[in-house]
Amino acid sequence: MNIHEYQGKALLKENGVPVLEGVHCTSVEQALAAYDTLGSKVVAVKSQIHAGGRGKGTLYNPDTKEHVMDGGVKIAFSKDEVEKYSSHILGNLLVTIQTGEEGKVVNNLYIESGCEIEHEYYLALLVDRDNKSVLIMASTEGGMDIEDVAHNTPDLIHKILVDPNSGLLGFQKRDLGMALGLSGAALKSFFKMLGKMYDMFVSNDCAMVEINPLVKNKNDEIIALDAKISFDENAEFRHKNWDVLRDLSEEEDVEIRAKETGLSYVKLDGNIGCLVNGAGLAMATMDVIKLYGGEPANFLDVGGGANEEQVKTAFSIILEDPNVKGILVNIFGGIMRCDIIARGVIAATEALSLDVPLVVRLAGTNVDEGKAILASSTLNIHPADDLAEGAKKIVSLIGGEA
Amino acid sequence: MAIWIEEDAKVLVQGITGKQGHFHADKMVEYGTNIVGGCTPGKGGQTVELQGKDYPVWDSMREAIAATDADATVIYVPPPFAGEAIMEAAEAFDAVKGEGVVVCITEGIPTLDMVKAVSYVYNRPGVRLIGPNCPGIITPGENGGAKIGIMPGHIHAKGRIGIVSKSGTLTYEAVAQTMSIDEGQSTCIGIGGDPVNGTGFIECLAAFEADEQTEAIVMIGEIGGNAEQEAAAWAAENVTKPIVGFVAGATAPPGKRMGHAGAIISGGKGTAEEKFAAFEAAGIACAKDPSELGAVLLESLKKAGLR
Repeated sequence: MNIHEYQGKALLKENGVPVLEGVHCTSVEQALAAYDTLGSKVVAVKSQIHAGGRGKGTLYNPDTKEHVMDGGVKIAFSKDEVEKYSSHILGNLLVTIQTGEEGKVVNNLYIESGCEIEHEYYLALLVDRDNKSVLIMASTEGGMDIEDVAHNTPDLIHKILVDPNSGLLGFQKRDLGMALGLSGAALKSFFKMLGKMYDMFVSNDCAMVEINPLVKNKNDEIIALDAKISFDENAEFRHKNWDVLRDLSEEEDVEIRAKETGLSYVKLDGNIGCLVNGAGLAMATMDVIKLYGGEPANFLDVGGGANEEQVKTAFSIILEDPNVKGILVNIFGGIMRCDIIARGVIAATEALSLDVPLVVRLAGTNVDEGKAILASSTLNIHPADDLAEGAKKIVSLIGGEA
Repeated sequence: MAIWIEEDAKVLVQGITGKQGHFHADKMVEYGTNIVGGCTPGKGGQTVELQGKDYPVWDSMREAIAATDADATVIYVPPPFAGEAIMEAAEAFDAVKGEGVVVCITEGIPTLDMVKAVSYVYNRPGVRLIGPNCPGIITPGENGGAKIGIMPGHIHAKGRIGIVSKSGTLTYEAVAQTMSIDEGQSTCIGIGGDPVNGTGFIECLAAFEADEQTEAIVMIGEIGGNAEQEAAAWAAENVTKPIVGFVAGATAPPGKRMGHAGAIISGGKGTAEEKFAAFEAAGIACAKDPSELGAVLLESLKKAGLR
């Protein structure tokens, strides 16, 4: 789960990590008031969306698609400029390298005090899968795309791994600061900041904290100038405040509804809907549809213990997508019995008066009973014995290549 | 011989009085697994009925292992408590007998809980953790066998193919594929789809390579991370037995989590394409469609003079 920069900054501040003063705004009036409140001649006017590359993004009118302004993050040197930039940003579509062509409408702004920057650094904390521990990465090459730095100058990225038994140790913080070339007051400031940030990472169940740039100002203070923070969704049960931080407008509505009913759904661009049990098999089903010339419309895992109601919900979610021209059901019954799935499929197709071709592949527990139930139905259901046959059938039924 | 779990392994169930734990414990007994009891803190001294027979419940894993000399435990504890259940089991196996297998089925454990739990298990070298977020491990026998997890037991048969996979139902698919060419399985392991887990591909490959019963291996991966690439590189140097592979998620869009917490292409890394390429470079015979795993395996067995 991602949060906005302004929320991340508030979290950092709460946890003792130095950030600049800033105000979250949703209107131009608020932005102008924020300029007065901050009392800083120079301020940054920053678009708040859940995607990177904002500074180099482009704003468009969401209706006419006309170009409005280059850059989703602007430095304003006067109140007039704050008015100009915030009115150009709010309500418009920001397209960045990470949003895709469709972009994202900007509903939130962050007005932040200016800062005299001496040097920009990069800092990130994340869970490293290979080492099964928290990894802290830092670089002197702040403000740049870290993927590029990693590719071109890997020597400039410094890493430390935190042993979960001992936590982040003093020498590790010092070593990392020194690797960045810090000394004296700046090193002390970095040392203190990193300890606070690690504690915040752990106590908030973060998945990733990325500060790009982290800066050193003229007074040798280390300050987080940006904040990209995401949380581990598995830990939601112990963080009641996440409900407030979640921006539902940044998430696919249908994916949220699917999740609420225990289904895992991801919308794709194709026209063959998939209903599968198990995440691995659901991915494999999409892959095989593509292999035989079709295009999957979605990923959908109904889980291990789905009942008739969930199967019905799954069908209705798939059918919300107007591109869907046919559906492939692929169930390997383990704990879930095929006869129950067969009844669920029939009930759902009747209730939703399904009018697109439906191919059903059943295997595993009670497969013969399941197949018999489907065969005895008067509905237009095409059976398949294995995944390849199922994929070929649905592709040919919707007039594809296979 | 099979790997890690013998056909008659003595198994405990953590969370045996819960709905999931009880349901699956019953299915395990039905399959023939040698369940010796369970553990639910606060319910020690009670019994649980599985397939018409009563099984004892203990308050702690130390008591349970001391009383039963169990070889393994399977965890069906809800996510908030599962990390600690793993550590309790690891501590108890280590203290009481110096070894044991901990299988965690639970899906949705916070990642930082797993970072802590995995490190805790790692410091107890006799203890092996399988999972979490996995179907478990099964060693089919002549009559029944040891099914430790949620997989449908009846689709398996004792044989010479070792199976290792990140996914549940895709493992069943692989099992069915081996059966379609009249081959059974030595041991099947689901290592789970979480970003931080216990036993990985390489440990499974090493154990299958050393196991006399196993003559060929099926390895199934999915997008996310680079465990498959590392395993393939390791296999190229260390595994002499034929390996057949499949990777799920060739059509998955980048940056989207595909059901499993760990199944995500991030920063352009961890794609199926990358993993298939690593498999092929390591001489692993790949199926692009899981329904072809049987055919590819048969060909590999023939090539190795095993059919």
